Amino acid sequence: MNWYGIRAIFRFEMARFFRSIVQSLVSPVLSTSLYFVVFGTAIGSRIESLEGVSYGAFIVPGLIMLSVLTQSLQNASFGIYFPKFIGTIYEILSAPISSLEIVIGYVGAAATKAMIIGTIILVTSFFFVDITIQHPFWMLAFLTLTCVSFSLLGFIIGIWAKSFEQLNLVPLLVVTPLVFLGGSFYSITMLPPIWQTISLFNPVLYLVSGFRWSFFGTADVPVLASLIAITGFTALGLAIVWWIFRTGYRLKA
Amino acid sequence: MSAIVDVENVTKIYEGGFEALRNTNLQIEEGEILALLGPNGAGKTTLISTICGLSSPTSGHIRVAGHDVVTDFREARKLIGLVPQEINLEPFEFVINTVRFSRGLFGKPRNDALLESILRDLSLWDKKDSRIAALSGGMKRRVLIAKALSHEPRVLFLDEPTAGVDVELRKDMWALVDRLRQDGVTIILTTHYIEEAEAIADRVGVINKGEILLVEDKTALISRMGRKEMRIELTESVSEIPESLASYDLTRVEDGSALIYSYDTRGERTGITSLLKSLQEAGIGLKDIQTHQSSLEDIFVTLVQEASA
Repeated sequence: MNWYGIRAIFRFEMARFFRSIVQSLVSPVLSTSLYFVVFGTAIGSRIESLEGVSYGAFIVPGLIMLSVLTQSLQNASFGIYFPKFIGTIYEILSAPISSLEIVIGYVGAAATKAMIIGTIILVTSFFFVDITIQHPFWMLAFLTLTCVSFSLLGFIIGIWAKSFEQLNLVPLLVVTPLVFLGGSFYSITMLPPIWQTISLFNPVLYLVSGFRWSFFGTADVPVLASLIAITGFTALGLAIVWWIFRTGYRLKA
Repeated sequence: MSAIVDVENVTKIYEGGFEALRNTNLQIEEGEILALLGPNGAGKTTLISTICGLSSPTSGHIRVAGHDVVTDFREARKLIGLVPQEINLEPFEFVINTVRFSRGLFGKPRNDALLESILRDLSLWDKKDSRIAALSGGMKRRVLIAKALSHEPRVLFLDEPTAGVDVELRKDMWALVDRLRQDGVTIILTTHYIEEAEAIADRVGVINKGEILLVEDKTALISRMGRKEMRIELTESVSEIPESLASYDLTRVEDGSALIYSYDTRGERTGITSLLKSLQEAGIGLKDIQTHQSSLEDIFVTLVQEASA
Protein backbone atom coordinates (compact mmCIF):
# COMPACT_ATOMS: atom_id res chain seq x y z
CA MET A 1 0.00 0.00 0.00
CA ASN A 2 1.19 3.49 -0.83
CA TRP A 3 0.21 5.09 2.50
CA TYR A 4 2.17 8.24 1.83
CA GLY A 5 0.26 8.63 -1.41
CA ILE A 6 -3.13 8.21 0.26
CA ARG A 7 -2.12 10.67 2.96
CA ALA A 8 -0.90 13.18 0.36
CA ILE A 9 -4.24 13.13 -1.49
CA PHE A 10 -6.22 13.24 1.75
CA ARG A 11 -4.28 16.19 3.14
CA PHE A 12 -4.35 18.04 -0.15
CA GLU A 13 -8.13 17.71 -0.29
CA MET A 14 -8.60 18.68 3.34
CA ALA A 15 -6.41 21.74 2.74
CA ARG A 16 -8.88 22.82 0.06
CA PHE A 17 -11.65 22.54 2.65
CA PHE A 18 -9.78 24.52 5.30
CA ARG A 19 -8.72 27.15 2.78
CA SER A 20 -12.33 28.10 2.38
CA ILE A 21 -13.24 27.33 5.97
CA VAL A 22 -15.70 30.19 6.31
CA GLN A 23 -17.59 29.20 3.21
CA SER A 24 -17.35 25.52 4.13
CA LEU A 25 -18.78 25.90 7.60
CA VAL A 26 -20.77 29.09 7.84
CA SER A 27 -23.07 28.27 4.96
CA PRO A 28 -24.32 24.89 6.27
CA VAL A 29 -24.74 26.31 9.79
CA LEU A 30 -26.64 29.30 8.46
CA SER A 31 -28.94 27.27 6.23
CA THR A 32 -29.65 24.79 9.04
CA SER A 33 -30.53 27.62 11.39
CA LEU A 34 -32.89 28.98 8.77
CA TYR A 35 -34.59 25.60 8.44
CA PHE A 36 -35.04 25.50 12.20
CA VAL A 37 -36.52 28.96 12.30
CA VAL A 38 -38.90 28.32 9.39
CA PHE A 39 -39.86 24.66 9.83
CA GLY A 40 -39.14 24.11 13.49
CA THR A 41 -40.43 27.27 15.02
CA ALA A 42 -42.83 28.96 12.60
CA ILE A 43 -44.50 25.95 10.98
CA GLY A 44 -43.55 23.32 13.53
CA SER A 45 -45.37 25.09 16.33
CA ARG A 46 -48.61 24.34 14.47
CA ILE A 47 -47.76 20.69 13.91
CA GLU A 48 -48.45 18.17 16.61
CA SER A 49 -45.63 15.93 17.70
CA LEU A 50 -44.80 13.13 15.25
CA GLU A 51 -44.44 9.65 16.66
CA GLY A 52 -43.95 11.18 20.08
CA VAL A 53 -41.22 13.57 18.91
CA SER A 54 -41.63 17.32 18.58
CA TYR A 55 -41.56 18.43 14.95
CA GLY A 56 -38.50 20.59 15.55
CA ALA A 57 -36.55 17.59 16.80
CA PHE A 58 -38.11 15.27 14.23
CA ILE A 59 -36.52 17.13 11.31
CA VAL A 60 -32.99 17.12 12.79
CA PRO A 61 -31.90 13.76 11.30
CA GLY A 62 -33.42 14.74 7.94
CA LEU A 63 -31.63 18.08 7.99
CA ILE A 64 -28.33 16.44 8.77
CA MET A 65 -28.91 13.93 5.98
CA LEU A 66 -29.79 16.70 3.52
CA SER A 67 -26.53 18.52 4.20
CA VAL A 68 -24.40 15.42 4.41
CA LEU A 69 -25.69 14.05 1.11
CA THR A 70 -25.18 17.28 -0.79
CA GLN A 71 -21.80 17.94 0.81
CA SER A 72 -20.54 14.42 0.10
CA LEU A 73 -21.58 14.70 -3.53
CA GLN A 74 -20.22 18.19 -4.01
CA ASN A 75 -16.90 17.62 -2.30
CA ALA A 76 -16.16 14.31 -3.94
CA SER A 77 -17.29 15.28 -7.42
CA PHE A 78 -15.42 18.57 -7.33
CA GLY A 79 -12.36 16.94 -5.77
CA ILE A 80 -11.78 14.66 -8.74
CA TYR A 81 -13.31 16.85 -11.45
CA PHE A 82 -11.08 19.84 -10.72
CA PRO A 83 -7.76 18.00 -11.35
CA LYS A 84 -9.28 16.67 -14.56
CA PHE A 85 -10.40 20.17 -15.53
CA ILE A 86 -7.06 21.90 -14.89
CA GLY A 87 -4.96 18.94 -15.98
CA THR A 88 -3.20 18.09 -12.72
CA ILE A 89 -4.69 14.59 -12.99
CA TYR A 90 -1.61 13.65 -15.04
CA GLU A 91 0.39 13.44 -11.84
CA ILE A 92 -2.02 11.09 -10.12
CA LEU A 93 -2.22 8.83 -13.18
CA SER A 94 1.56 8.66 -13.44
CA ALA A 95 2.13 8.01 -9.73
CA PRO A 96 2.83 4.58 -8.22
CA ILE A 97 -0.59 4.53 -6.61
CA SER A 98 -3.39 2.06 -7.23
CA SER A 99 -6.94 3.01 -8.09
CA LEU A 100 -8.12 1.79 -4.69
CA GLU A 101 -5.64 4.09 -2.98
CA ILE A 102 -6.74 7.03 -5.11
CA VAL A 103 -10.35 6.35 -4.14
CA ILE A 104 -9.48 6.03 -0.46
CA GLY A 105 -7.73 9.39 -0.60
CA TYR A 106 -10.41 11.33 -2.46
CA VAL A 107 -13.51 9.64 -1.09
CA GLY A 108 -12.04 9.53 2.41
CA ALA A 109 -11.41 13.28 2.34
CA ALA A 110 -14.86 14.07 0.92
CA ALA A 111 -16.56 11.83 3.47
CA THR A 112 -14.55 13.36 6.31
CA LYS A 113 -15.58 16.86 5.27
CA ALA A 114 -19.22 15.79 5.12
CA MET A 115 -18.89 14.16 8.55
CA ILE A 116 -17.46 17.37 9.99
CA ILE A 117 -20.35 19.37 8.56
CA GLY A 118 -22.90 16.81 9.76
CA THR A 119 -21.47 17.01 13.27
CA ILE A 120 -21.56 20.79 13.23
CA ILE A 121 -25.21 20.76 12.19
CA LEU A 122 -26.01 18.29 14.95
CA VAL A 123 -24.29 20.55 17.48
CA THR A 124 -26.14 23.57 16.08
CA SER A 125 -29.46 21.80 16.46
CA PHE A 126 -28.83 21.35 20.19
CA PHE A 127 -29.25 25.11 20.46
CA PHE A 128 -32.75 24.94 18.97
CA VAL A 129 -34.33 21.71 20.19
CA ASP A 130 -33.95 19.03 22.85
CA ILE A 131 -32.64 15.82 21.38
CA THR A 132 -31.41 12.63 22.91
CA ILE A 133 -29.73 10.07 20.72
CA GLN A 134 -30.96 6.59 21.58
CA HIS A 135 -28.48 4.58 19.53
CA PRO A 136 -25.27 6.63 19.25
CA PHE A 137 -23.29 3.76 17.72
CA TRP A 138 -25.83 3.22 14.95
CA MET A 139 -26.15 6.96 14.46
CA LEU A 140 -22.43 7.11 13.77
CA ALA A 141 -22.55 4.00 11.60
CA PHE A 142 -25.39 5.36 9.43
CA LEU A 143 -23.71 8.74 9.17
CA THR A 144 -20.38 7.23 8.15
CA LEU A 145 -21.86 4.83 5.61
CA THR A 146 -23.97 7.58 4.09
CA CYS A 147 -20.98 9.90 3.79
CA VAL A 148 -18.89 7.16 2.20
CA SER A 149 -21.52 5.94 -0.24
CA PHE A 150 -22.47 9.42 -1.43
CA SER A 151 -18.85 10.45 -1.69
CA LEU A 152 -18.36 7.42 -3.92
CA LEU A 153 -21.33 8.53 -5.98
CA GLY A 154 -19.86 12.04 -6.13
CA PHE A 155 -16.52 10.62 -7.22
CA ILE A 156 -18.25 8.77 -10.05
CA ILE A 157 -20.10 11.91 -11.11
CA GLY A 158 -16.83 13.87 -11.03
CA ILE A 159 -15.20 11.38 -13.37
CA TRP A 160 -18.22 11.20 -15.65
CA ALA A 161 -18.76 14.96 -15.89
CA LYS A 162 -17.31 16.76 -18.87
CA SER A 163 -18.32 20.24 -17.74
CA PHE A 164 -19.19 22.14 -14.59
CA GLU A 165 -22.80 22.08 -15.75
CA GLN A 166 -22.88 18.29 -15.78
CA LEU A 167 -21.16 18.33 -12.40
CA ASN A 168 -24.14 20.12 -10.89
CA LEU A 169 -26.77 18.29 -12.92
CA VAL A 170 -27.07 15.09 -10.93
CA PRO A 171 -27.07 16.71 -7.47
CA LEU A 172 -29.61 19.28 -8.62
CA LEU A 173 -31.98 17.18 -10.69
CA VAL A 174 -31.77 13.84 -8.95
CA VAL A 175 -30.45 14.02 -5.44
CA THR A 176 -32.20 17.13 -4.12
CA PRO A 177 -35.69 15.90 -5.13
CA LEU A 178 -34.96 12.47 -3.71
CA VAL A 179 -33.86 13.98 -0.41
CA PHE A 180 -36.90 16.22 -0.13
CA LEU A 181 -39.25 13.39 -1.10
CA GLY A 182 -37.41 10.89 1.08
CA GLY A 183 -39.11 11.85 4.30
CA SER A 184 -36.50 14.33 5.49
CA PHE A 185 -39.13 16.70 6.82
CA TYR A 186 -42.08 14.36 7.33
CA SER A 187 -42.98 10.79 8.09
CA ILE A 188 -44.20 8.93 5.02
CA THR A 189 -47.12 7.71 7.14
CA MET A 190 -48.49 11.24 6.61
CA LEU A 191 -48.75 10.55 2.86
CA PRO A 192 -51.68 8.94 1.00
CA PRO A 193 -51.10 5.15 0.54
CA ILE A 194 -50.16 5.41 -3.14
CA TRP A 195 -47.39 7.91 -2.37
CA GLN A 196 -46.23 5.79 0.52
CA THR A 197 -45.68 2.93 -1.95
CA ILE A 198 -43.90 5.19 -4.43
CA SER A 199 -41.68 6.50 -1.63
CA LEU A 200 -40.46 2.99 -0.97
CA PHE A 201 -38.57 3.16 -4.29
CA ASN A 202 -36.65 6.20 -3.11
CA PRO A 203 -33.26 5.06 -1.77
CA VAL A 204 -32.85 8.18 0.33
CA LEU A 205 -35.93 7.19 2.37
CA TYR A 206 -34.01 4.23 3.76
CA LEU A 207 -31.08 6.40 4.77
CA VAL A 208 -33.21 9.05 6.47
CA SER A 209 -35.40 6.45 8.14
CA GLY A 210 -32.50 4.46 9.55
CA PHE A 211 -30.75 7.58 10.68
CA ARG A 212 -33.90 8.86 12.39
CA TRP A 213 -34.34 5.50 14.10
CA SER A 214 -30.90 5.88 15.68
CA PHE A 215 -32.12 9.13 17.23
CA PHE A 216 -35.69 8.39 18.29
CA GLY A 217 -36.18 4.65 17.90
CA THR A 218 -38.95 5.09 15.35
CA ALA A 219 -38.66 4.48 11.63
CA ASP A 220 -40.67 4.51 8.39
CA VAL A 221 -39.08 1.30 7.17
CA PRO A 222 -37.47 -1.53 9.14
CA VAL A 223 -33.96 -0.70 10.32
CA LEU A 224 -32.61 -3.83 8.70
CA ALA A 225 -33.95 -2.63 5.35
CA SER A 226 -32.13 0.67 5.89
CA LEU A 227 -28.93 -1.13 6.73
CA ILE A 228 -29.16 -3.38 3.68
CA ALA A 229 -29.94 -0.39 1.46
CA ILE A 230 -26.98 1.67 2.61
CA THR A 231 -24.59 -1.29 2.40
CA GLY A 232 -25.89 -2.16 -1.05
CA PHE A 233 -25.45 1.45 -2.10
CA THR A 234 -21.85 1.51 -0.94
CA ALA A 235 -21.13 -1.79 -2.67
CA LEU A 236 -22.65 -0.51 -5.92
CA GLY A 237 -20.54 2.64 -5.74
CA LEU A 238 -17.40 0.60 -5.16
CA ALA A 239 -18.24 -1.67 -8.08
CA ILE A 240 -18.69 1.26 -10.47
CA VAL A 241 -15.46 2.90 -9.30
CA TRP A 242 -13.64 -0.40 -9.77
CA TRP A 243 -14.98 -0.60 -13.32
CA ILE A 244 -13.95 3.00 -14.03
CA PHE A 245 -10.34 2.37 -13.09
CA ARG A 246 -10.20 -0.99 -14.81
CA THR A 247 -11.30 0.49 -18.10
CA GLY A 248 -9.77 3.93 -17.62
CA TYR A 249 -13.20 5.41 -18.44
CA ARG A 250 -12.80 9.17 -19.01
CA LEU A 251 -9.47 9.07 -17.23
CA LYS A 252 -6.99 7.52 -19.62
CA ALA A 253 -6.57 7.87 -23.34
CA MET B 1 24.96 -1.43 -20.42
CA SER B 2 21.35 -2.54 -20.24
CA ALA B 3 18.47 -0.29 -21.17
CA ILE B 4 16.70 1.43 -18.26
CA VAL B 5 13.68 2.09 -20.44
CA ASP B 6 12.79 -0.63 -22.90
CA VAL B 7 9.95 0.00 -25.33
CA GLU B 8 9.14 -3.16 -27.23
CA ASN B 9 6.84 -3.28 -30.27
CA VAL B 10 4.46 -0.72 -28.83
CA THR B 11 1.46 0.30 -30.86
CA LYS B 12 -1.03 2.86 -29.66
CA ILE B 13 -4.33 3.30 -31.43
CA TYR B 14 -6.61 5.92 -29.96
CA GLU B 15 -10.34 5.55 -29.78
CA GLY B 16 -11.52 6.61 -33.21
CA GLY B 17 -8.74 4.68 -34.91
CA PHE B 18 -5.87 7.17 -34.96
CA GLU B 19 -2.62 5.25 -34.84
CA ALA B 20 -0.30 7.45 -32.76
CA LEU B 21 2.47 4.88 -32.38
CA ARG B 22 3.24 2.11 -34.83
CA ASN B 23 5.25 -0.86 -33.64
CA THR B 24 7.70 1.34 -31.79
CA ASN B 25 10.95 0.05 -30.37
CA LEU B 26 13.25 2.19 -28.25
CA GLN B 27 15.97 1.36 -25.77
CA ILE B 28 17.13 4.14 -23.51
CA GLU B 29 20.45 3.62 -21.75
CA GLU B 30 20.90 4.45 -18.11
CA GLY B 31 22.46 7.86 -17.55
CA GLU B 32 22.09 9.17 -21.08
CA ILE B 33 20.25 12.19 -22.37
CA LEU B 34 18.03 11.30 -25.27
CA ALA B 35 16.32 13.96 -27.32
CA LEU B 36 13.21 12.97 -29.23
CA LEU B 37 12.70 15.17 -32.23
CA GLY B 38 9.68 15.27 -34.40
CA PRO B 39 7.10 17.57 -35.91
CA ASN B 40 3.80 18.29 -34.15
CA GLY B 41 1.62 15.23 -33.90
CA ALA B 42 4.52 12.87 -34.56
CA GLY B 43 3.77 10.81 -31.45
CA LYS B 44 6.36 12.22 -29.04
CA THR B 45 3.90 12.98 -26.27
CA THR B 46 1.98 9.74 -26.84
CA LEU B 47 5.21 7.79 -26.44
CA ILE B 48 5.99 9.55 -23.18
CA SER B 49 2.41 9.24 -21.92
CA THR B 50 2.42 5.54 -22.62
CA ILE B 51 5.67 5.02 -20.73
CA CYS B 52 4.46 7.10 -17.79
CA GLY B 53 1.03 5.48 -17.47
CA LEU B 54 -1.17 8.29 -18.79
CA SER B 55 -2.31 6.10 -21.63
CA SER B 56 -2.25 2.36 -22.07
CA PRO B 57 -0.46 0.72 -24.99
CA THR B 58 -2.77 -1.05 -27.44
CA SER B 59 -0.12 -3.72 -27.85
CA GLY B 60 3.51 -4.24 -26.91
CA HIS B 61 5.45 -3.94 -23.68
CA ILE B 62 7.31 -1.24 -21.85
CA ARG B 63 9.75 -1.95 -19.05
CA VAL B 64 11.48 0.52 -16.77
CA ALA B 65 14.52 -0.98 -15.02
CA GLY B 66 12.98 -4.38 -15.79
CA HIS B 67 9.55 -3.55 -14.34
CA ASP B 68 6.61 -3.75 -16.72
CA VAL B 69 4.75 -0.42 -16.64
CA VAL B 70 1.35 -2.12 -16.68
CA THR B 71 1.70 -5.23 -14.51
CA ASP B 72 4.36 -3.86 -12.17
CA PHE B 73 3.34 -0.21 -12.35
CA ARG B 74 4.30 0.61 -8.77
CA GLU B 75 7.97 -0.24 -9.12
CA ALA B 76 8.16 1.20 -12.64
CA ARG B 77 6.50 4.52 -11.84
CA LYS B 78 8.51 5.11 -8.66
CA LEU B 79 11.54 5.53 -10.89
CA ILE B 80 9.93 8.03 -13.24
CA GLY B 81 9.50 11.77 -13.04
CA LEU B 82 7.38 13.53 -15.63
CA VAL B 83 7.34 17.20 -16.57
CA PRO B 84 4.33 17.67 -18.83
CA GLN B 85 4.15 19.97 -21.77
CA GLU B 86 1.20 21.97 -20.49
CA ILE B 87 1.46 23.97 -17.30
CA ASN B 88 -0.90 21.86 -15.21
CA LEU B 89 -0.94 23.26 -11.71
CA GLU B 90 -3.59 24.01 -9.15
CA PRO B 91 -3.64 27.81 -9.11
CA PHE B 92 -4.68 28.35 -5.49
CA GLU B 93 -2.13 26.01 -3.97
CA PHE B 94 1.15 27.09 -2.39
CA VAL B 95 4.38 26.10 -4.08
CA ILE B 96 5.79 24.15 -1.15
CA ASN B 97 2.53 22.26 -0.59
CA THR B 98 2.22 21.16 -4.17
CA VAL B 99 5.81 19.88 -4.17
CA ARG B 100 5.24 18.05 -0.87
CA PHE B 101 2.08 16.57 -2.35
CA SER B 102 4.03 15.16 -5.29
CA ARG B 103 6.61 13.54 -3.06
CA GLY B 104 3.92 11.92 -0.92
CA LEU B 105 1.96 10.79 -3.95
CA PHE B 106 5.00 8.87 -5.15
CA GLY B 107 5.13 7.06 -1.84
CA LYS B 108 8.06 8.88 -0.26
CA PRO B 109 8.17 10.16 3.34
CA ARG B 110 8.38 13.87 3.89
CA ASN B 111 11.88 15.27 3.44
CA ASP B 112 11.97 19.03 3.73
CA ALA B 113 15.76 19.29 3.42
CA LEU B 114 15.65 17.60 0.03
CA LEU B 115 12.77 19.74 -1.19
CA GLU B 116 14.64 22.84 -0.06
CA SER B 117 17.66 21.89 -2.13
CA ILE B 118 15.50 21.15 -5.17
CA LEU B 119 13.68 24.46 -4.84
CA ARG B 120 16.95 26.33 -4.34
CA ASP B 121 18.43 24.68 -7.43
CA LEU B 122 15.46 25.94 -9.40
CA SER B 123 15.59 29.44 -7.85
CA LEU B 124 12.18 28.80 -6.35
CA TRP B 125 13.04 28.80 -2.66
CA ASP B 126 11.97 32.39 -2.03
CA LYS B 127 8.68 31.64 -3.81
CA LYS B 128 7.88 28.58 -1.72
CA ASP B 129 5.06 30.31 0.14
CA SER B 130 3.57 31.96 -2.94
CA ARG B 131 0.41 30.78 -4.56
CA ILE B 132 0.92 29.19 -7.96
CA ALA B 133 -1.43 31.75 -9.53
CA ALA B 134 0.95 34.54 -8.50
CA LEU B 135 3.91 33.08 -10.40
CA SER B 136 5.12 33.92 -13.88
CA GLY B 137 4.95 31.35 -16.66
CA GLY B 138 8.62 30.51 -16.34
CA MET B 139 8.33 30.06 -12.58
CA LYS B 140 5.36 27.73 -13.04
CA ARG B 141 7.44 25.59 -15.34
CA ARG B 142 10.12 25.42 -12.66
CA VAL B 143 7.45 24.28 -10.18
CA LEU B 144 6.52 21.45 -12.56
CA ILE B 145 10.15 20.38 -12.64
CA ALA B 146 10.43 20.60 -8.85
CA LYS B 147 7.36 18.37 -8.53
CA ALA B 148 8.84 15.83 -10.94
CA LEU B 149 12.15 15.78 -9.06
CA SER B 150 10.59 15.68 -5.59
CA HIS B 151 10.61 11.90 -5.37
CA GLU B 152 14.17 11.49 -6.67
CA PRO B 153 13.39 9.76 -9.98
CA ARG B 154 16.04 7.85 -11.89
CA VAL B 155 14.42 8.64 -15.22
CA LEU B 156 13.13 12.10 -16.00
CA PHE B 157 10.84 12.88 -18.92
CA LEU B 158 10.76 16.47 -20.06
CA ASP B 159 8.01 17.06 -22.59
CA GLU B 160 9.02 20.19 -24.46
CA PRO B 161 10.56 21.83 -21.40
CA THR B 162 11.61 24.96 -23.20
CA ALA B 163 8.60 25.60 -25.40
CA GLY B 164 7.80 29.26 -25.05
CA VAL B 165 10.33 30.08 -22.33
CA ASP B 166 12.82 32.90 -22.46
CA VAL B 167 16.51 32.49 -23.22
CA GLU B 168 17.58 32.77 -19.59
CA LEU B 169 15.28 30.05 -18.38
CA ARG B 170 16.31 27.84 -21.27
CA LYS B 171 19.95 28.21 -20.27
CA ASP B 172 19.00 27.44 -16.64
CA MET B 173 17.14 24.39 -17.81
CA TRP B 174 20.12 23.12 -19.76
CA ALA B 175 22.36 23.66 -16.74
CA LEU B 176 19.89 21.73 -14.60
CA VAL B 177 19.82 18.87 -17.08
CA ASP B 178 23.59 18.79 -16.94
CA ARG B 179 23.61 18.61 -13.11
CA LEU B 180 21.02 15.83 -13.15
CA ARG B 181 23.08 13.89 -15.64
CA GLN B 182 26.05 14.13 -13.29
CA ASP B 183 23.85 12.63 -10.59
CA GLY B 184 23.19 9.73 -12.95
CA VAL B 185 19.60 10.61 -13.88
CA THR B 186 18.51 9.41 -17.30
CA ILE B 187 16.77 12.18 -19.20
CA ILE B 188 14.42 11.96 -22.13
CA LEU B 189 13.31 15.22 -23.59
CA THR B 190 11.13 16.05 -26.52
CA THR B 191 11.71 19.22 -28.37
CA HIS B 192 11.05 21.16 -31.51
CA TYR B 193 14.29 23.03 -31.07
CA ILE B 194 17.05 21.24 -32.87
CA GLU B 195 19.69 23.43 -31.25
CA GLU B 196 18.45 22.17 -27.91
CA ALA B 197 19.04 18.56 -28.87
CA GLU B 198 22.36 19.55 -30.37
CA ALA B 199 23.39 21.35 -27.20
CA ILE B 200 22.50 18.82 -24.51
CA ALA B 201 21.64 15.39 -25.89
CA ASP B 202 23.89 12.35 -26.16
CA ARG B 203 21.62 10.57 -28.58
CA VAL B 204 18.91 11.81 -30.85
CA GLY B 205 15.77 9.97 -31.83
CA VAL B 206 13.71 11.17 -34.75
CA ILE B 207 10.05 10.29 -34.72
CA ASN B 208 7.48 11.02 -37.38
CA LYS B 209 3.92 9.78 -37.89
CA GLY B 210 4.18 7.34 -35.03
CA GLU B 211 7.37 5.72 -36.19
CA ILE B 212 10.88 6.09 -34.90
CA LEU B 213 12.97 6.83 -37.97
CA LEU B 214 16.29 6.53 -36.21
CA VAL B 215 18.03 6.73 -32.87
CA GLU B 216 21.67 7.55 -33.07
CA ASP B 217 24.56 9.10 -31.27
CA LYS B 218 24.36 12.82 -31.91
CA THR B 219 27.88 13.41 -33.19
CA ALA B 220 27.87 10.22 -35.22
CA LEU B 221 24.60 11.27 -36.77
CA ILE B 222 25.89 14.67 -37.69
CA SER B 223 29.08 13.31 -39.18
CA ARG B 224 27.31 10.48 -40.97
CA MET B 225 24.56 12.53 -42.42
CA GLY B 226 26.51 15.72 -42.46
CA ARG B 227 27.47 17.38 -45.64
CA LYS B 228 29.88 20.21 -45.53
CA GLU B 229 29.69 23.36 -47.53
CA MET B 230 32.54 25.54 -48.57
CA ARG B 231 31.82 29.12 -49.46
CA ILE B 232 34.35 30.63 -51.77
CA GLU B 233 34.36 34.42 -51.87
CA LEU B 234 35.61 35.75 -55.17
CA THR B 235 37.68 38.85 -55.87
CA GLU B 236 35.52 39.54 -58.90
CA SER B 237 31.93 38.48 -59.40
CA VAL B 238 31.16 35.87 -62.01
CA SER B 239 28.03 35.93 -64.12
CA GLU B 240 27.98 32.16 -64.54
CA ILE B 241 29.91 29.11 -63.48
CA PRO B 242 32.70 28.53 -66.03
CA GLU B 243 32.44 25.44 -68.27
CA SER B 244 35.65 24.03 -66.87
CA LEU B 245 34.10 23.80 -63.38
CA ALA B 246 30.88 22.08 -64.44
CA SER B 247 31.95 18.75 -62.98
CA TYR B 248 31.95 20.15 -59.45
CA ASP B 249 28.85 20.47 -57.28
CA LEU B 250 28.92 24.24 -57.32
CA THR B 251 26.23 26.84 -56.93
CA ARG B 252 26.59 30.53 -57.54
CA VAL B 253 25.20 32.98 -55.00
CA GLU B 254 22.76 35.46 -56.41
CA ASP B 255 25.06 38.37 -57.14
CA GLY B 256 27.86 36.06 -58.28
CA SER B 257 30.30 37.27 -55.64
CA ALA B 258 30.76 33.78 -54.23
CA LEU B 259 30.51 30.10 -55.12
CA ILE B 260 29.27 27.39 -52.80
CA TYR B 261 30.79 23.96 -53.01
CA SER B 262 29.13 21.10 -51.14
CA TYR B 263 30.94 17.89 -50.44
CA ASP B 264 30.71 14.77 -48.37
CA THR B 265 33.09 14.61 -45.42
CA ARG B 266 33.01 10.82 -45.52
CA GLY B 267 34.40 10.69 -49.02
CA GLU B 268 37.99 9.53 -49.60
CA ARG B 269 38.55 12.65 -51.60
CA THR B 270 36.72 15.80 -50.87
CA GLY B 271 37.80 17.27 -54.17
CA ILE B 272 38.93 20.50 -52.59
CA THR B 273 42.46 20.44 -53.92
CA SER B 274 41.44 19.88 -57.50
CA LEU B 275 38.66 22.42 -57.24
CA LEU B 276 41.05 25.07 -56.05
CA LYS B 277 43.44 24.15 -58.87
CA SER B 278 40.66 24.35 -61.44
CA LEU B 279 39.59 27.70 -60.06
CA GLN B 280 43.12 28.99 -60.48
CA GLU B 281 43.28 27.62 -64.02
CA ALA B 282 40.00 29.35 -64.85
CA GLY B 283 41.58 32.57 -63.69
CA ILE B 284 39.20 33.14 -60.80
CA GLY B 285 40.67 34.98 -57.84
CA LEU B 286 39.79 33.95 -54.30
CA LYS B 287 39.16 36.42 -51.51
CA ASP B 288 38.11 34.10 -48.67
CA ILE B 289 37.01 30.57 -47.88
CA GLN B 290 34.54 29.46 -45.19
CA THR B 291 33.35 25.97 -44.39
CA HIS B 292 30.10 25.06 -42.69
CA GLN B 293 28.96 21.76 -41.20
CA SER B 294 25.29 21.03 -41.79
CA SER B 295 23.35 21.10 -38.53
CA LEU B 296 21.02 18.61 -36.94
CA GLU B 297 18.20 20.75 -38.21
CA ASP B 298 19.17 20.19 -41.84
CA ILE B 299 19.48 16.48 -41.15
CA PHE B 300 16.14 16.38 -39.43
CA VAL B 301 14.36 18.15 -42.25
CA THR B 302 15.93 15.77 -44.74
CA LEU B 303 14.90 12.72 -42.74
CA VAL B 304 11.33 13.79 -42.26
CA GLN B 305 10.99 14.73 -45.91
CA GLU B 306 12.42 11.39 -47.01
CA ALA B 307 10.01 9.58 -44.74
CA SER B 308 6.98 11.39 -46.06
CA ALA B 309 8.11 11.09 -49.67
